[in-house]
Amino acid sequence: MADLSSEFLGIKSPNPFWLASAPPTDKEYNVVRAFEAGWGGVVWKTLGEDPHVVNVNGPRYGAMYSSDRTLIGLNNIELITDRPLQVNLDEITRVKRDWPDRAVVVSLMVPCEEQSWKTILKKVEDTGADGVELNFGCPHGMSERGMGAAVGQVPEYIQMVAEWCKQNTQMPVIVKLTPNITDIRGPARAAMAGGADAVSLINTINSIISVNLDTMSPEPSIDGWGSHGGYCGPAVKPIALNMVAEIARDPETAGMPISGIGGVTTWRDAAEFMALGAGNVQVCTAAMTYGFRIIEELTQGLSDWMDDQGYSQVSDIVGKATPNVKDWKNLNLNYISKAVIDQDLCIQCGRCHVVCEDTSHQAITAMVDGKRHFEVIDEECVGCNLCVSVCPVVDCISMEQVTEGMDVRTGKPIVSEYANWTTHPNNPSAQS
Amino acid sequence: MASSSYEQLQQDLHPPLTRHEASVESDRCYFCHDAPCVTACPTGIDIPLFIRQISTDNPTGSARTIFNENILGGMCARVCPTETLCEQACVRNTAEDNPVRIGELQRYATDHQMETGEQPFKRASITGCRVAVVGAGPAGLACAHRLALLGHEVDIFDANGKPGGLNEYGIAAYKSVDEFAQQEVAYILSIGGITLRQDEALGEDFILDDLKRDYQAVFLGMGLGAVNDLGIEGEELAGVVDAIEFIAELRQSQDYSQLDPGERTIVIGGGMTAIDAAVQSRMLGCEEVTLAYRRGVERMNASQFEQDLAKVNGVVIRNWLQPLRVVGENGQVTGVEFARMSEEGGQYGPTGETLILPCDRVLKAIGQQFVNSVATGDGASAVELEAGRIRVDAERRTSDSQVWAGGDCIAGGEDLTVAAVQDGKLAAESIHSTLTKG
Repeated sequence: MADLSSEFLGIKSPNPFWLASAPPTDKEYNVVRAFEAGWGGVVWKTLGEDPHVVNVNGPRYGAMYSSDRTLIGLNNIELITDRPLQVNLDEITRVKRDWPDRAVVVSLMVPCEEQSWKTILKKVEDTGADGVELNFGCPHGMSERGMGAAVGQVPEYIQMVAEWCKQNTQMPVIVKLTPNITDIRGPARAAMAGGADAVSLINTINSIISVNLDTMSPEPSIDGWGSHGGYCGPAVKPIALNMVAEIARDPETAGMPISGIGGVTTWRDAAEFMALGAGNVQVCTAAMTYGFRIIEELTQGLSDWMDDQGYSQVSDIVGKATPNVKDWKNLNLNYISKAVIDQDLCIQCGRCHVVCEDTSHQAITAMVDGKRHFEVIDEECVGCNLCVSVCPVVDCISMEQVTEGMDVRTGKPIVSEYANWTTHPNNPSAQS
Repeated sequence: MASSSYEQLQQDLHPPLTRHEASVESDRCYFCHDAPCVTACPTGIDIPLFIRQISTDNPTGSARTIFNENILGGMCARVCPTETLCEQACVRNTAEDNPVRIGELQRYATDHQMETGEQPFKRASITGCRVAVVGAGPAGLACAHRLALLGHEVDIFDANGKPGGLNEYGIAAYKSVDEFAQQEVAYILSIGGITLRQDEALGEDFILDDLKRDYQAVFLGMGLGAVNDLGIEGEELAGVVDAIEFIAELRQSQDYSQLDPGERTIVIGGGMTAIDAAVQSRMLGCEEVTLAYRRGVERMNASQFEQDLAKVNGVVIRNWLQPLRVVGENGQVTGVEFARMSEEGGQYGPTGETLILPCDRVLKAIGQQFVNSVATGDGASAVELEAGRIRVDAERRTSDSQVWAGGDCIAGGEDLTVAAVQDGKLAAESIHSTLTKG
């Protein structure tokens, strides 16, 4: 059976699943429940300076749903911990003492002054915690006060604070990045330059989750007004995956440990993050949607898949897919694939036809010999994959590579040689 | 008899969906291209659209989509054999043998709109044209509503004491609880421009020529009028009753305990009316109810769902029994003698074996017969007939250019509420285009 034990910056945990710094890790009570359920570690909800912040006393969350009210996106306007610093420190101390085999990392956010960081780092060190995560990501509330995303959006500040922290503690330092920037590589390079041991990403995305059309208030609504919040959950996963991959394949930051965050809901999500270069993953929304017991599915699923694939330890899969992430210009233009519909599985809903007909390439029939029949017209199919994307039946439509003869759409012969845009005759700046 | 069975008569067969249930169920619709369910609906309701409107929390829009094609969408949601129509065509049958519950979703949307009392339509400006509709059943009501919507004035002449036709008199109570048939008529009439004239029967109180003289167009939707006879010895015995008559009496009863349920009933027939009569007999308290049909299960008009409903309610369904004669004593029925039938190699015929099933009541449900109330004084039909019913074209025009017809009284009539609604709607459109051609 695969060994799921994880070591991230020397911090050991029985599995690579940590709970992200968020409401589930705000209190000893919750964290103990998480550890009892089997979570590998936690990043304790962000500590700040006293006097502690206060939260709104109305709704903090808003949701986006797919069919049957499956929650696919969650938005929050909650701030960092709203409990006194010492209460948190005492609880962290007890938890780490009682659960020595689990990772306990502490998230921090104090003003951009060296003394503030120095002071709090000392206090955290005294708890016996395994490391710190610098919260440069929170996009709401705290950013208005010059912290959170306000720091994460300025690479120079990231570097500066990272340097302070590295100078003032022996604990591993993780910098948590905000996705609310144009190019994630800038902040990641700054964290590295500041000496940070790792980056974790993504934090939440600026968002207004919905508008109440009766009251015209953004939601969550506080007395008729709303404020942008931080968006997370399954819907943000693709954004997070790309940002993880961008850092993993950037020559300047390649090799820097990454803790992957953003919509991890199933073991498969976790495996994808790790394949793109994350050393472990952090989870929040899935736990807040289903409770801590999902850890059983996460660990068993990852373990079963690793067994199936012949991977023996977690580090075997980290970065496996990174080399396959390329710039578009490097993709093989000689690779030809076309959709194939399995008629035995087809339930005749016709969605592949209508989306192809209305919005794409008119490459799927609706009627053949006067009968309802959906079939790919190879002469028109560009292999775009839209039909696969909208088909409600698993494996009913698949993309199959054409390896010999000619592409009946273009009339050009299939060639096995790799050729990309950089050398394509239509490219004005093609290199010969 | 336990009062709980009386309660069953007044309880919905399918309780209405809650908002949550409707949301979950509507999410199951795939919004198919050229959806097979629409093709399977005799009124062509845009089912994927109305379900999508439910899923986006717009039940008003959903009801408008339904009523636009079928103003009796509320009743059809209750009585349509959806398992042989729209739901039978649902692609989810292929996917997982479990269609979207289209009928129940349709009821969710139409109930919502009817509770508001508002119609999602505005009448066109008044044309001044007057049209007579004969029969306030599904065909007549659908025709009248569409004509009124298009700006015409409509008088409906109905032979019964209450409007609704078979919706009021001919279907099981548990399919139309809380006086739904009457609620629906009131809702339809709220469009305005329609006058109901009850207890006025064509051929008795007036003749077709009167209508042709007083109105620019006439729509005939009076139904069939008589139940088929068994045509066998003993049919006149006391206790031998038309199933439709039995259902009508039950539907109009204010106190079920005043009705005699009988102790042993034999229902003869294999269609929806036979099932409605058999199940209601059981609910009224009849101890033994046997439904006898002369052919095999697969030839029964009643859907599988209806047959199962009968069985669950304790009705014994016996196939391959052709009634030979009704037997009795002292003028009262005591049993039915049947010939056992078979079909081998495509040859349907008696096996030679006969048997007598004892009973104290026989309900005849072998279909209805057209009573030609449009016959002229000398007995000739005022409009041409085909196979004993009124012949119409695709637009539901009869041989008389001023007269249209639809519902069970026309040739090819399908004995379905929803088909009658479509006839009425098509006829109204045809009448409108004729009247406004100028």
